[in-house]
Amino acid sequence: MSLLDRNGVKAETWSREAGATQRIVPFAERAEALAGNAPLGVEIPNTVRVPELEPHFDRLALIAIQFPSFSDGRGFSIAKALRNAGYRGTLRAVGPLIADQFAYALACGFDEVELPPEVASRQPVEIWLAAARAFRATYQTSHQAGGKSILEQRRAARGGVVS
Amino acid sequence: MSVPKKMPLPAILLANDLLDGDVVFRTASGWTRDPRLALVAEDEATATRLEAEARLAFERKEVVDAYLVDITRDEAGLPVPNHFRERFKVKGPSHRPDLGKQAEFGVR
Amino acid sequence: MYRYDEFDEAFVRDRVAQFADQMKRRLDGSLTDDEFKPLRLKNGLYLQLHAYMLRIAIPYGMLSSRQLRQLALIGEKFDRGYGHFTTRQNLQFNWPKLRDVPEILGLLADVEMHAIQTSGNCIRNVTADQFAGVAADEIEDPRPVAELIRQWSSVHPEFDYLPRKFKIAVTGAPHDRAAIAAHDIGIGIVRNAAGEVGYRILVGGGLGRTPMIGKAVREFLPKADLLAYLEAILRVYNLEGRRDNKYKARVKILVHEIGIEEFRARVEAEFAKLDGPTINADPAEVARIAAYFAPPTYEKLPAVSAAHEAAKRANPAFAAWADINTFPHREPGYAAVTISLKGIGEAPGDATSAQMRAVADLADRYSFSEIRVTHAQNLVLAHVRQGDLFALWQKLGEAGLAEANVGLITDIIACPGLDYCALATARSIPIAQSVAKRFADLDRQRDIGPLNVKISGCINACGHHHVGHIGILGLEKRGAESYQITLGGDATENAAIGEIIGPGIGADEVPDAIERLVDVYLARRNAGETFIEAVRRLGLQPFKAAFTGEAGHVAA
Repeated sequence: MSLLDRNGVKAETWSREAGATQRIVPFAERAEALAGNAPLGVEIPNTVRVPELEPHFDRLALIAIQFPSFSDGRGFSIAKALRNAGYRGTLRAVGPLIADQFAYALACGFDEVELPPEVASRQPVEIWLAAARAFRATYQTSHQAGGKSILEQRRAARGGVVS
Repeated sequence: MSVPKKMPLPAILLANDLLDGDVVFRTASGWTRDPRLALVAEDEATATRLEAEARLAFERKEVVDAYLVDITRDEAGLPVPNHFRERFKVKGPSHRPDLGKQAEFGVR
Repeated sequence: MYRYDEFDEAFVRDRVAQFADQMKRRLDGSLTDDEFKPLRLKNGLYLQLHAYMLRIAIPYGMLSSRQLRQLALIGEKFDRGYGHFTTRQNLQFNWPKLRDVPEILGLLADVEMHAIQTSGNCIRNVTADQFAGVAADEIEDPRPVAELIRQWSSVHPEFDYLPRKFKIAVTGAPHDRAAIAAHDIGIGIVRNAAGEVGYRILVGGGLGRTPMIGKAVREFLPKADLLAYLEAILRVYNLEGRRDNKYKARVKILVHEIGIEEFRARVEAEFAKLDGPTINADPAEVARIAAYFAPPTYEKLPAVSAAHEAAKRANPAFAAWADINTFPHREPGYAAVTISLKGIGEAPGDATSAQMRAVADLADRYSFSEIRVTHAQNLVLAHVRQGDLFALWQKLGEAGLAEANVGLITDIIACPGLDYCALATARSIPIAQSVAKRFADLDRQRDIGPLNVKISGCINACGHHHVGHIGILGLEKRGAESYQITLGGDATENAAIGEIIGPGIGADEVPDAIERLVDVYLARRNAGETFIEAVRRLGLQPFKAAFTGEAGHVAA
């Protein structure tokens, strides 16, 4: 396992190799790839901001956001800001995250997590799936499908409209 | 290459027990909670061995935050850390003589 | 006070189970020590000098008697029979074992408590005015908004791995008792020219290595927009706050480096883009929370209790305590009582399990079963009938809790310092003890009047020394403890950072040095002028002269 989503281990369909049909290019090399029309993913360091990506939303099937360490939480804000700006493609978190951050990643709008082998071997997929379900509900509105926040559930219990 | 820092000697090796948090000291054969029983490394080879044992104990999830503390022996021959911080760590809170190792083991 | 519903209950139970699992994974090796550390810190668990320390959240300082009894029980069963109330209105236990922490967290959950986010690089326990709902100058009770923020900030998916810790404080009154200007975000409840109630938002305050007073990022924020606006501030901070140097990672540094205008522009731009309705609590939710903070059922009482006045006349010691330790209640015939945890010679903020139970019993009997913790490390019974004050004072005396010194020179704030803390560079508690003993005489304390002495055992400033009228900072100097004295700090709406008045001095010289500063004040004060007012009028020079004139020899 080194790629997983909310359902578990996921087969990799993207490649960072030149000439691959579904290619993830480094942000610094995006210009040439953007000009083509093959399915395109871009991998960004967490210093890249939404306005630099927004003009290319339609062209980018995947945006991979790097987490240089699990304690650097910038990627969570970038993902949320991208979703907030209307990005609907695949969001991938890349780096040594820990299982306890899986629920956060999903809530912030990530679809999948790509782990370095060392982390993946130490934290098997069952741990990730369990960690994603650690809380029955939390207080914030989530990008994760299905779950309703505590605020939304309270509103529903009052007979209010659930959005 | 950086020059290795000279080991201050003599020294004892202390750590915190992972599950209990209590300060523990390396002996010839394991760990003790009693600072009076700490093995005193008089030479670099012994100190290096203590550090290696501590690394193993960390990997076995027995202790955390292990490090060498340079000491002076008191009149009774017992190790007393040279730095005041480590003296408090070995004794307990200074305003509560009824608590910590000072109370349990009579460490002065 | 707030009570958990089924969702809050499920949430804290899930958190306990999550921590138990994290501990198990630490032991089986699927989590490394480096990975486990922030997880335990976010449950309040530190590794200190002698043992672990567990910091329990007391949201905005509010406790029920039932909760306080549970804390007493935990103190007896898992600690050494006492706890330490902190400057962030929390409670710390100094001796728990990691193996027991899941069970302790379960006992906390039993009484609607937790230790969530009392440490770590996340949004910390929100604090508020200890006289919320009591103070006559209050525009609106700050507790409902504090509770709303507690819920919103709990396990926030975007903001649990910030560059550094993030502290929020709320005050509902113009006189700031919550030190909001010393927080990452300070929220003041204000009324605008149109008479609407909203929030004035300060950002970038904080103490520590680089003390800063918060700056206004928004003069008036409509109440409904609060959470979205906080989210905008936090997002700007999470993305742009420095991560290259832990000492420059607080939001105060970002605000300082880019300037408040640029920071404001970025926040407002982010705020404009946010989908407010999915973030902000709807009015029905706000009303649901606010209802828990409705005033208790007060009796109709005369504004002045004849029995209380008679008791004061008959017993001067009681009269002194009643004058010093009570705060005017907006409800006629009631008073808010501050219980000093600063007995002369005691460790500031410490209370034994027996004392916790005694206070819980007194809260049941005299104050609607409610207790509050102050950032000055004292406790408050907020709604006591004036006619009950004498009986309360007697019972407090039996528990060793009737020290009459609130706001006076012996009501010292002190962090645990090197007697417990792994980060400390010097001890704090023995300094507090020696200064308190020097000024133990109550007539002298009253003559000196309001004076805040605040002591920190390291530059992280948990003892708030920067905003003490007199601040004491413990450092290491040439292998010994050394204390740096600052003067002129203020934690209120007149917030100011104290200035260093001379070279560091030894522990045994501190009481003399404080006495020399106080003597300058006593000799030169105008009628009715407090210590801090005199410092502002006179400037530091006369105090510096008195301090260094005689302390000079130790600086050599």
